[in-house]
Amino acid sequence: MSRGGKPAVWTALVTVLVLGVATWSLWPSAPEVREREQAITVIDGPDDDRRVTLDTSFFPPAEGGRAPAVLLAHGFGGDKRSVREEAVRLAGEGYAVLTWSARGFGRSTGEIALNSPDYEVKDVRQLVDWLAGRPEVLLDADGDPRVGVTGGSYGGAIALMAAAHDARIDAIVPRITWHDLADALFPEAGGRGPENGVFKRMWAGLFFGRGGLPQGPAPSPSGPADPAGAAPRPLTAQEARCGRFLPEVCDLYQRVAASGRATPEAVRALRRSSPISVPGKIRVPTLLLQGRRDSLFTLAQADANARAVAATGAPVGVAWFDGGHDGGNGETDWIHEQTLGWFDRHLRAGAGETPVNSPFTVTRDGGRDPGTRRPVQAHATSGRYPGLSGTVRETVPVDGPAQKVAAPPGGSPASISSVPGLGGAGGLGGLGGATALNVSADMAGQSAHFDSAPLTTPLQVTGSSTVRVRVRPGDEATGGSGRGTPAREAILFAKLHDVTDGAQTPLLPEGLVAPVRIGIPEGGAGEAAVTLPAIDHRFDAGHRLRVTFTTTDLGYSTPSAPAVYEVELASPVLAVPVDPSLRAPSGGLTWWTWTLPPVALAVAAALLLTGRRRRREARDPALADLPLRISGLSKAYRDGEPAVDGLSFTVERGRVLGLLGPNGAGKTTTLRMLMGLIHPDAGEIRIFGHRVVPGAPVLSRLGSFVEGPGFLPHLTGRANLELYWRATGRPAEDAHLAEALRIAGLGGALDRAVRTYSQGMRQRLAIAQAMLGLPDLLVLDEPANGLDPPQIREMREVLIAYAARGRTVIVSSHLLAEVEQTCDHVVVMHRGRLIAAGPVSELLGGRASTHGPGPRLEDVFLDLIGENA
Amino acid sequence: MNDVNGSGPLEAGVRADGSASGYLARRTLPLSVEFARQFRRRRTLVMFGLLVALPWILVAAFKLGAGSAQPGPTLRLSDLATEGGLNFAAFALSVSASFLLVVAVALFCGDTVAGEAGWSSLRYLLAAPIPRDRLLRQKLVVAMAYSAAAVICLPLTALLAGTLAFGWNDVRVPGTGETIAALEILPRFGVVVGYVLVSQFVVAALAFLLSASTDSPLGAVGGAVGLVIVSNILQAVEALGPPREFLPTFWNAAWLDALAPQPEYGGMARGVAVSVTYAAILVAVAFRRFRRKDVVS
Repeated sequence: MSRGGKPAVWTALVTVLVLGVATWSLWPSAPEVREREQAITVIDGPDDDRRVTLDTSFFPPAEGGRAPAVLLAHGFGGDKRSVREEAVRLAGEGYAVLTWSARGFGRSTGEIALNSPDYEVKDVRQLVDWLAGRPEVLLDADGDPRVGVTGGSYGGAIALMAAAHDARIDAIVPRITWHDLADALFPEAGGRGPENGVFKRMWAGLFFGRGGLPQGPAPSPSGPADPAGAAPRPLTAQEARCGRFLPEVCDLYQRVAASGRATPEAVRALRRSSPISVPGKIRVPTLLLQGRRDSLFTLAQADANARAVAATGAPVGVAWFDGGHDGGNGETDWIHEQTLGWFDRHLRAGAGETPVNSPFTVTRDGGRDPGTRRPVQAHATSGRYPGLSGTVRETVPVDGPAQKVAAPPGGSPASISSVPGLGGAGGLGGLGGATALNVSADMAGQSAHFDSAPLTTPLQVTGSSTVRVRVRPGDEATGGSGRGTPAREAILFAKLHDVTDGAQTPLLPEGLVAPVRIGIPEGGAGEAAVTLPAIDHRFDAGHRLRVTFTTTDLGYSTPSAPAVYEVELASPVLAVPVDPSLRAPSGGLTWWTWTLPPVALAVAAALLLTGRRRRREARDPALADLPLRISGLSKAYRDGEPAVDGLSFTVERGRVLGLLGPNGAGKTTTLRMLMGLIHPDAGEIRIFGHRVVPGAPVLSRLGSFVEGPGFLPHLTGRANLELYWRATGRPAEDAHLAEALRIAGLGGALDRAVRTYSQGMRQRLAIAQAMLGLPDLLVLDEPANGLDPPQIREMREVLIAYAARGRTVIVSSHLLAEVEQTCDHVVVMHRGRLIAAGPVSELLGGRASTHGPGPRLEDVFLDLIGENA
Repeated sequence: MNDVNGSGPLEAGVRADGSASGYLARRTLPLSVEFARQFRRRRTLVMFGLLVALPWILVAAFKLGAGSAQPGPTLRLSDLATEGGLNFAAFALSVSASFLLVVAVALFCGDTVAGEAGWSSLRYLLAAPIPRDRLLRQKLVVAMAYSAAAVICLPLTALLAGTLAFGWNDVRVPGTGETIAALEILPRFGVVVGYVLVSQFVVAALAFLLSASTDSPLGAVGGAVGLVIVSNILQAVEALGPPREFLPTFWNAAWLDALAPQPEYGGMARGVAVSVTYAAILVAVAFRRFRRKDVVS
């Protein structure tokens, strides 16, 4: 690393850090969203004579000014607080958001009327009036605010109902809600309507139960709850029975729940609370977000809503997301994105250049997050919503013999498809959060199976499959003895299983089941075309489709009288909807997958090419015979202190030059520059006329031993020298290895690992390494360190003889006696500067001795460096 | 010791570039020499010993602890390790890829230059002279070859150990527990091993850059391993959103997608892109810094 560059790097790093922190702390944070709580009094009822105080919260748009408004409704059993987070988010996006506790919920007064046009719908109309008077709300006309409505479940239904009854509403996003409450609670998959439906008793019980008991302090009938909190009082009989329901609604529920059959009157009442009662009246852009895991308000409910709205010509979007009343992921962020996208497009002028919403979106399994290995969702989209019968209908042969199934007395034990309230425990309006449990179980003797052959290719089913089933009394063969008349009708629960041939239990996609009530004519067989639950499910190759009919289901009312039926398929085919146009955006080979590596390679190439040092004229033929010329050489330490300062000298061929100087004189730094290890700040070094740069070829004529030996400790001395020579790439015969080894004089130790060597042994091995190839210029730094006196003398002779043949030797040392005896020339350095150079004899001759008979180099040296005062 | 000076030819073959006879920059530090220099090191041998031993230790652990573990509600890779040799190899790879192999790669690439600096042998190699770019290149090639050998060695040994211990069976995939024919999965297994190697490029490149920048082998290895740890921590924070995708370790487990019934290569493609990107830039920086560096070790 360049020592000079390091402070710059640190400065840059610190600067970036400081800038980052500053930007982060000064970055304009999202404007804070305020909440204004307000009690709004509304008048409703069939005769407009009921006064109800609604507990509301208004969130002005975060950006100020006039903005479109959003009415955000809560789910059943919740209140305005359960949608607060969502409201804050929408207000943060620049909408004026109004949330309220519906009548009968939270601190609002009044009773629950199930989104009745006479009650809740009138309330919402007056909330729209209130919005029209707000200075924060954008108006389409006087008294007509630009407003959208959204909400889940109970709140989704009020969005639809309000849009039908109030033309001022401009767009709606109802979630996980119903089209026909009667059909949702009394489904019948044979198309015979809710009057013949099978009572969804567990869901209905939960649904009505949430409104049954007052939540929090019981409100006084005339106004909002006392903030101080009224003292708890025992419930009256009416409250215990009906909670906060309107008595008519309560009575209705009690009647149908007790009988398990929907009376025409009940169907009429439930439909008054349902979009089915207002055909052709919802004419605003509608985005229907329905949960795939929802056994309460199924995908079929959203489908019916979509068809109803589309019939008026208004734009409709449908999405089946991973959520619903039975749990699932909930996809809170995605739901927010979609809702925001819809409102941006339909409530804001000029917005929505790139639509967020697709006409049809289905959330599918997107594999796992590569970082956390947690499941993620993929969103498959299509340009057209095909309904529940797909764009294509495929027929899959299913087969099986006629099978006898028993309906147990009392309907118990019951098969289980899903357990209402388990997954969606977060509240009916909540989007759930727990992953759905696969609790599905079929009771033995109660179910009939009809299997397809194993699939040869995967089959993605998107919508409702249909199958024709035939039922006849199963105990006719025995004459129905003693059991009274054979059953006149059969209730069956149809399911579509995904079956693998193996130990695994069959999978019931989303735990959905379709109840069907089949009338059986006397002495004959009843037949029905059964619409199976709408799902989006991939049946993999090798799997089978299995149509199952069971006589019981935990979630539904079934007759308590025992019966036996014989079930067979009226035609051995299953019609399966598929939608090949529904595709997830390609698993995302995003643009950067292809662009990043080439860009990185280009950057890398640029880094490498610009990092090259330009070679200046490297060769000076005039100096080809001069082993070493150093001119103007300077190098400063990182602190700016010069280590070598304007050093110049030359070394002639055949010389043994002593480089003298006290510790810190700059000798070693000079030698490192000579070896091309350090870049000089100024000046140059030429060996035989060739400039020394890192890796200059001329360095191959230099043998060096500087600042101690450097060997691979795990290898033997011999292996070290051999590998070193092979690393130079030169022919083995040029190494003169035997001679070098003789100089090292290590004997048997040569074949031991270097880590076992003494300091002196390493020193000798290193000098031998420097002499490998008999270099023309040999540089030895303190060669006598660690050698004993006989070895020192031997070394001296070797060096003198080495130079005698025309080679050149440079010995750096602080031992004056050593230099005096070995060298013919000396260069004296002190504090990085040259202070004397010349033949030893000349230096000695020029001085008079101060301490004794003859001049000694030590005296000269001390004189020169000014220590001999 | 005295006649050393008599025999040598003096300046017998001096060439225009001033080099001694027989010297050619492109012949310096041949790969075979660098392989030999690194191979005999205790570090190298211990690391390979560990990689070879680990699968057998795992086999022993599964044999000894057989039947004691209750499989959970979903099938994990570890529940299926004893299904057969291929399953076992996948398991061994999954438990070692995130750390053991990272350490091995960081060791081979982080020690290569800094180790020489620590021994003081770097300066003699540079003065030989081996041109700096060439020294780095040869060392990178050898370090990567050792890293590749480590990454390949582990699954191969695991395959051998697993096959001997649990038989040559078809692969059961985690999650659904479906089986895939052994011969069908074998090429994918090759892709997986290749991907694991490529995903280690970032660690290798960072270790190499640190190695070329510092004289401390421990610092180079530790720095690279530290990066992986920090990156692993950050990638678990889903709140960071899409930028996580550019964390160097984010896609490291994407090879599991290749062992699904329907192999999915999108994640691996992105992982390769991220890995190659980081590696290219880090290696280029390493070369650039080393060229300008004052070698003072």
